[in-house]
Amino acid sequence: MKSFFARNLLVGRDSVEPSNRSAQRSFALPILFFFATIFPSSAQSVTIGSKKFTESYVLGEIARRALNDSGIAAEHRQGMGGTIILWEALRGAQIDAYPEYTGTIAQQILKTDRRLSLQEIRDSLAKLGIGITEPLGFNNTYALVMRRDESRRLALHTISDLQKHPELKFGLTHEFLDRHDGWQPLRERYQLPQQNVIGIDHALGYAALAKGAIDVKDAYSTDAKIGENNLVVLEDDRQFFPRYDAVFLFRLSLPTLTVAVLHKLEGTLDEARMIRLNAEAERTKNYTRAARLYFDGGVTSTIPAGENFPHKLARWTLRHLELAGISLLLSVTVGVPLGILASRGGAIGHAILGFASVVQTIPSLALLALLVPLPFFGISARTAIAALFLYGLLPIVRNTASGLQDIAQPIRDSAIALGLEPVARLRKIYLPMASRSILSGIKTSAVINVGTATLAALIGAGGLGEPILSGLNLNDHATILQGAIPAALLALLVQTVFDLLDRALIPKGLRL
Amino acid sequence: MDSLVQLAGIKKNFGDANALHSTNLAVERGKTTVLIGPSGCGKSTLLRLIIRLIEPDAGTVAFNGAPITPENIDMLRRRIGYVIQEGGLFPHLTARANALLMARHLGKAAPEMRERLSELCELTRFSENLLARYPVELSGGQRQRVSLMRALMLSPELLLLDEPLGALDPLVRASLQKDLKEIFTRLQQTALLVTHDLAEAAYLGHRIVLMNEGRIVQQGSIVDLREKPADAFVSEFLNAQRALVLT
Repeated sequence: MKSFFARNLLVGRDSVEPSNRSAQRSFALPILFFFATIFPSSAQSVTIGSKKFTESYVLGEIARRALNDSGIAAEHRQGMGGTIILWEALRGAQIDAYPEYTGTIAQQILKTDRRLSLQEIRDSLAKLGIGITEPLGFNNTYALVMRRDESRRLALHTISDLQKHPELKFGLTHEFLDRHDGWQPLRERYQLPQQNVIGIDHALGYAALAKGAIDVKDAYSTDAKIGENNLVVLEDDRQFFPRYDAVFLFRLSLPTLTVAVLHKLEGTLDEARMIRLNAEAERTKNYTRAARLYFDGGVTSTIPAGENFPHKLARWTLRHLELAGISLLLSVTVGVPLGILASRGGAIGHAILGFASVVQTIPSLALLALLVPLPFFGISARTAIAALFLYGLLPIVRNTASGLQDIAQPIRDSAIALGLEPVARLRKIYLPMASRSILSGIKTSAVINVGTATLAALIGAGGLGEPILSGLNLNDHATILQGAIPAALLALLVQTVFDLLDRALIPKGLRL
Repeated sequence: MDSLVQLAGIKKNFGDANALHSTNLAVERGKTTVLIGPSGCGKSTLLRLIIRLIEPDAGTVAFNGAPITPENIDMLRRRIGYVIQEGGLFPHLTARANALLMARHLGKAAPEMRERLSELCELTRFSENLLARYPVELSGGQRQRVSLMRALMLSPELLLLDEPLGALDPLVRASLQKDLKEIFTRLQQTALLVTHDLAEAAYLGHRIVLMNEGRIVQQGSIVDLREKPADAFVSEFLNAQRALVLT
């Protein structure tokens, strides 16, 4: 559903401003090139994106390091999401380059079932203002894998052999289930009879495979897990999977020097080397170190890898608090006045409460995916804050409205009969009387925000979701807990702080 | 008769009970007028129409000879005190803050407010020691005394009381009736009081206005009502209040 929405929104935006876009290109490009040649490394930092799996992280790190080594400022937004999110971000200039695979470009981005040559792909992308490097040197195609012992027991060596074993359970990644070159056409090509097919996260799928909860899963052919977990790749005997040569996609508006650095990476990584880098990343949980292996030619560096844990934890926590705090502040600023309006009932009141409720029913992932393609948002903390703000709205609006509506008629009559103007009634009588309800709404929002803010890492906005996400990705529980435990403690802390705030902000007369 | 408030052809229809048919009434200056009648006869509606908690369908209410309009009502409300059955005190404010709410809102000087508050405490026989308490910490009778202080704070020309003693037990009620009478007399207060208790009406009211089914049936002194009942309902209402019979 996520990519469905993203795609629709993408189409909508393209149809609005095609003439504008081409006009911009014809004028802006020469000017950009002009400046790029005068100021080769301009102050603007290059942003590299990566998808949410180990190899993409490592390739992203390699690109960042290569740019830095050439004196170009570059940052790496790790694990931003799936193909559509990365592609959208590249089109929207929120990132400047990211690692991609030729098969994915043809199927998911250019939406064709034909096997395109690299030149055909390059020509199609150029029309969209996007460039592509030559292959980096390895083909990371999709593959079906299973446990070695089971494959031996069932004498199963090719995908065709699966036809004889309808009882096998498949656990496939959601992306593979949905892809044009994924499960459905694969099943048709091989006439696979299996009914028991579930969607499961990539890293969790390996654990499920090891435990025997599933028998077959999809994998990438350079996945370090294949060797580690003693799995075998089933031979694609009918040549179903297209080639997935790793390349970098980049914005054609990038300075030539930057593009040249990306081109230097072409043909430097074969399958064996990539598997080694992937294994290093999974072993050390450190992508920077794995990328360093690429540059140092296999010699593990003695330089301490990246920042230490307390420093990282502080960075994640601060970022997390920033995301949750800003969004909560916005929710309060907007939610309380909306709640006051809603408390008056009528069509407007119903519309406000209805809107806030509908927002709440959108799954948080879907809400993020809906916001990402919008012009102002994209892949940024802004999007995470906007989503959290929308989530935080309902409890505040509803509690403000109900707190005000619960004030008894005689109290209202007394306030009016005294001759207090409407604003003074609200400020001196109604809002203080509703304060308990309003504060409990804010407390609910705060706890929801602290919890949901972990999802911000999905779109590269950081926070305590970062270790959770990379832990999930690496199937490493310790890393997951590095984010999950502080997030839970933070929620408890927020609860405590608000309990204290209750005492300070709710008038004593209402607490007796 | 020198009247402070005049209702002319005032009318309110809710589509059910409590409706008020076209009604004329004058509230005499410096005196206590009592509205009495069975539940749903429209007596509270009449009070709420004067202070504009509800808008009339037709007719005018004049205050000091000038008609009350939505434009001038907030100013006039500050010259009218209003006391309801459960006091209508704001639970988040202390007794002192309740009583001083409007004075503070209008920016009165602190010494002036302090003096007025202690004057009112003496008048309503409310202990100054209790001023720091919140409404939930006060008894029903004490709450009504605070409510009365709040209503009298700005020395209103008119005091409206809607069943002010209705929720109190008999002893507290008797003591407050006595205090109210003293206060009204001392202040020469123009008051319009709603009750369903004939004894209370007779004790407090210079003039009694008997209402039934949205109409004024008869008005006059309690003696007028007893000696010259306008119709059978008046006699019935007066006789329904049984005298204490000791056997």
